[in-house]
Amino acid sequence: MRKRTARVRRRPRANRLGLSARDYRGKPSTLCKGCGHDAISSQLIRAFFESDIRPHQVAKLSGIGCSSKTPAYFLGQSHGFNSVHGRMPSVATGAMLANRKLIAVGVSGDGDTASIGIGQFVHLVRRNVPLIYIVENNGVYGLTKGQFSATADENAKLRSGEVNRLPNIDLCGMAVELGATYVARSFAGDPKQLVALLRGALAHSGTAVLDILSPCVTFNNHPGSTKSYTWGKDNEEPIHLLDFVPEFEQIEVEYEEGQSRDVQLHDGSWIRLRKLDQDYDPTNRRAARELMLDAQENNRFLTGLLYVDPDKPTFLDTLEMTDTPLAHLEESRLRPPPEALDRIVASYQ
Amino acid sequence: MSNSSALAEAASPEVRERPIVNDLTIQVATVNGSGSQSSNLVLLRSLFRMGIPVGGKNLFPSNIAGLPTWFTIRANRDGWVARRRRVDYLVALNPQTAARDVRGLEPGAVVVYQAGMRLERQRDDLVFYPAPLQDLAGEITREVRLRKLLANMVYVGVLGELLSIAPEAVDASIAAQFRGKKTAIALNHRAVRIGARYVRENLRKRDPHTVAPMDRNEGKILIDGNAAAALGAMFGGASVATWYPITPSSSLVEQLEKFLRRHRREEDGKSTFAVVQAEDELAAVGMALAAGWAGARAMTATSGPGISLMSEFVGLGYYAEIPAVIWNIQRVGPSTGLPTRTAQGDVLSTYALSHGDTRHVCLLPASTAECFEFGWRAFDYAERLQTPVFVLSDLDLGMNIWATDPFQYPDRPMDRGKVLTAEDLRRTGSFQRYADVDGDGIPWRTLPGTDHPAAAYFTRGSGHDESAEYTESEEAYVRVMERLARKFETARSILPEPVIHAADPPSEIGIIGFGTSDPAIEEARVTLREQAGIEVDYLRLRALPLSPRVLDFVAGRRTVVVMDQNRDAQLLQLLRAEFGDRLPAGVLKSLRHFNGLPLDARTVSDFIAAMDLGVGA
Ligand SMILES: Cc1ncc(C[n+]2csc(CCOP(=O)(O)OP(=O)(O)O)c2C)c(N)n1
Ligand code: SF4
Ligand SMILES: [Mg+2]
Repeated sequence: MRKRTARVRRRPRANRLGLSARDYRGKPSTLCKGCGHDAISSQLIRAFFESDIRPHQVAKLSGIGCSSKTPAYFLGQSHGFNSVHGRMPSVATGAMLANRKLIAVGVSGDGDTASIGIGQFVHLVRRNVPLIYIVENNGVYGLTKGQFSATADENAKLRSGEVNRLPNIDLCGMAVELGATYVARSFAGDPKQLVALLRGALAHSGTAVLDILSPCVTFNNHPGSTKSYTWGKDNEEPIHLLDFVPEFEQIEVEYEEGQSRDVQLHDGSWIRLRKLDQDYDPTNRRAARELMLDAQENNRFLTGLLYVDPDKPTFLDTLEMTDTPLAHLEESRLRPPPEALDRIVASYQ
Repeated sequence: MSNSSALAEAASPEVRERPIVNDLTIQVATVNGSGSQSSNLVLLRSLFRMGIPVGGKNLFPSNIAGLPTWFTIRANRDGWVARRRRVDYLVALNPQTAARDVRGLEPGAVVVYQAGMRLERQRDDLVFYPAPLQDLAGEITREVRLRKLLANMVYVGVLGELLSIAPEAVDASIAAQFRGKKTAIALNHRAVRIGARYVRENLRKRDPHTVAPMDRNEGKILIDGNAAAALGAMFGGASVATWYPITPSSSLVEQLEKFLRRHRREEDGKSTFAVVQAEDELAAVGMALAAGWAGARAMTATSGPGISLMSEFVGLGYYAEIPAVIWNIQRVGPSTGLPTRTAQGDVLSTYALSHGDTRHVCLLPASTAECFEFGWRAFDYAERLQTPVFVLSDLDLGMNIWATDPFQYPDRPMDRGKVLTAEDLRRTGSFQRYADVDGDGIPWRTLPGTDHPAAAYFTRGSGHDESAEYTESEEAYVRVMERLARKFETARSILPEPVIHAADPPSEIGIIGFGTSDPAIEEARVTLREQAGIEVDYLRLRALPLSPRVLDFVAGRRTVVVMDQNRDAQLLQLLRAEFGDRLPAGVLKSLRHFNGLPLDARTVSDFIAAMDLGVGA
């Protein structure tokens, strides 16, 4: 029996920065009422609020699609960049190169990521760029009125009756394959899990890929769809119960030995994984790959933290940049002195 | 085809018997991957060290090894370094092309070649100097690969002796070429001496060409345009450079990274830059734009195919008003085209890159000095104007070696443009991202990370109003587009002015060109003046949008030739599109050169000499 102590806090109206949840809101959403993307925006607001993130430090990046519009609907005090279709990863990378102190959150869709942007997704993950990469996955292209995307499951049906005959691309499986360091799958209809995963992502140093089933109520929420709310509710199988425990909070809840697993994240906080029917170790890459293969073959909707490697250096670490963000360097540090030019010129004589 | 009344290239050989001093084109025909590049550079540097104006051009295939390559060195006492059609000295090392290379020579030319190739049978109006280059190198080593390499240095010795190149200059050039590698230096010195000895003992000089020391290179350096661009970028404070390899632009970022590692690492070993090799040009330009958005001095470099890929992002950069610098080292298109040949074929496509109404600032360097200068200035323009700025160089400028005066250190502090800080916002309370508060069409921006609740705004490529809010309002759209047009007029007024050379009183004939057409045009003007009594005034563009001074230059002239290194007369089209009715009718005449080779003076002088000028006889 392990024992830990902590106080149980009441839900605060202001966070440790003295900000209220309202300070994390954005413009009113223009998406369809009930769209999964809006549910995700709400949880983003909650996660950033609860994790005491300073809004001005955040950069919101996105591609094109209904999902990619959402950065306008949360964190109105953060800079946002709604770029071009499928290219959010390069935009996020560039922003982080310029200012490594930013907290980057990227929002993409399944069309934006799994089709036109798959190349950039692959390379961003491979580089381990510090970024929370959210895929709001609805199996269709919402903004262009409901065509199948590459994450649509085999044999899934559109409302028109059209059947998808191609296998789906499993972005989480791919991410693990590519060396991703934080890979999670979740459901817009499971806010508790989602918020814990988002807070864990905020505490993680490298790329955090969150593939979130986010039903499109207008084009893909009918019987026969495998990306609908009903399908999600009926089929979600959490692989564990998740709690996010910030570094500054001690834990007093008691668990029986072997009933939970704690993973410490880069910033010192913890993800507590409470065991369900199997003991799953998300730091084991082989196990993660096996589990995801099993999920894909048997069309299981497994959610939770699938894989995490808290310590792998990020892309910015490998570049050995100075601590000051490049964007803030003053002229004296950017422009070498005249003697340097003289020396270089002399070497060409 | 060559005109019977064609003018000679400047200072061409007069009488065969008289020695021709310091006016020489050497062409080394070889296969790529054979290691002759070092020898060619040693030759070039030796002439340079003797104080003779000189330039080198490499005509190479898009292949790693085994295909024909020609390296041309032009030494000219008057300073002309444009490509010259005439070859005086051919070093024929490539059996694949030797027959054709020899056939292309003008009478009196010289052929140096591997003895046994029997080229002397081909023509009786040339001077042939066979030399057993491989056997001579065999005196130094039996090892096959090394022998092949040293045979290249043997021909340097042969040419040195035949042309009276100063041995000290050759030795010093070898030492510079193989910096610090003692054995290599010694072996190459030996190879050169063996070549020279062979000439003294076996060949009789039968051609008039020779070189003699001058003092024209005092303080000068030899450098390629991409290195100059990279240096300019570094001294311009480049902090993020993203790229995807493509000839002929790769060497720009590769050299930039090398310079940055040396000069932009701080005492703790940490870098004040990031260079990222992206997965493709879309990612490269996406990273650069986002880095510019977030406040870095960001750049990328590419060539035609990459420019095409960048199109969508560049439109975003224009509409969302994001600074970044994009070097386009032009090569021959369309499509993959001739990837290792030069052209000015991307003028129109770059100027108006992307869909919708887009226009981009383009800087047009004509020399390595301007590559350096525009290398740093481009960041100032990009940040001042908040827009992608292109620099249109080309393969000839970027990859070939040019003599230049040392570069001028930037004469002004960096211009970081209109950026509001948190402190500014505490004073003003709020700001509108896309409002034209100063009347110059340039709005104010904030950088992500600015610690003020009013700092944030939402950047988007979709319709937006002055507050950066999404809108489909037709009025707001028109207002923003009109302001962008005003901003472009501001650009027109601050960009580098054209360089104008006009006689007093002005000539009735003029020529307009830009970039690497410059050395050929300048040489042609002298030829025309000296040999045909034709004075040609010259306007060299240095930036787009076009300066209004172009109109003044055209006004009042009978004929103005517009020089384009492309098939479709793109610069002429641009002049017509921008100035329309303000151009006098019938004055502009198009001269196009687009075979992938650098422009030569005769193409220009023959064209102008053959025009019906209505002057003289
Ligand atoms: C280059 C380009 N091609 C096509 C489009 C049209 N388009 C806009 S959104 C979209 C698909 C978006 O799907 P997804 O990423 O799944 O987002 P959702 O709307 O489903 O949230 C497409 C194809 C575009 N904007 N740009
Ligand atoms: S179309 Fe679908 S994805 Fe788009 S806003 Fe409506 S419900 Fe959401
Ligand atoms: Mg979708």
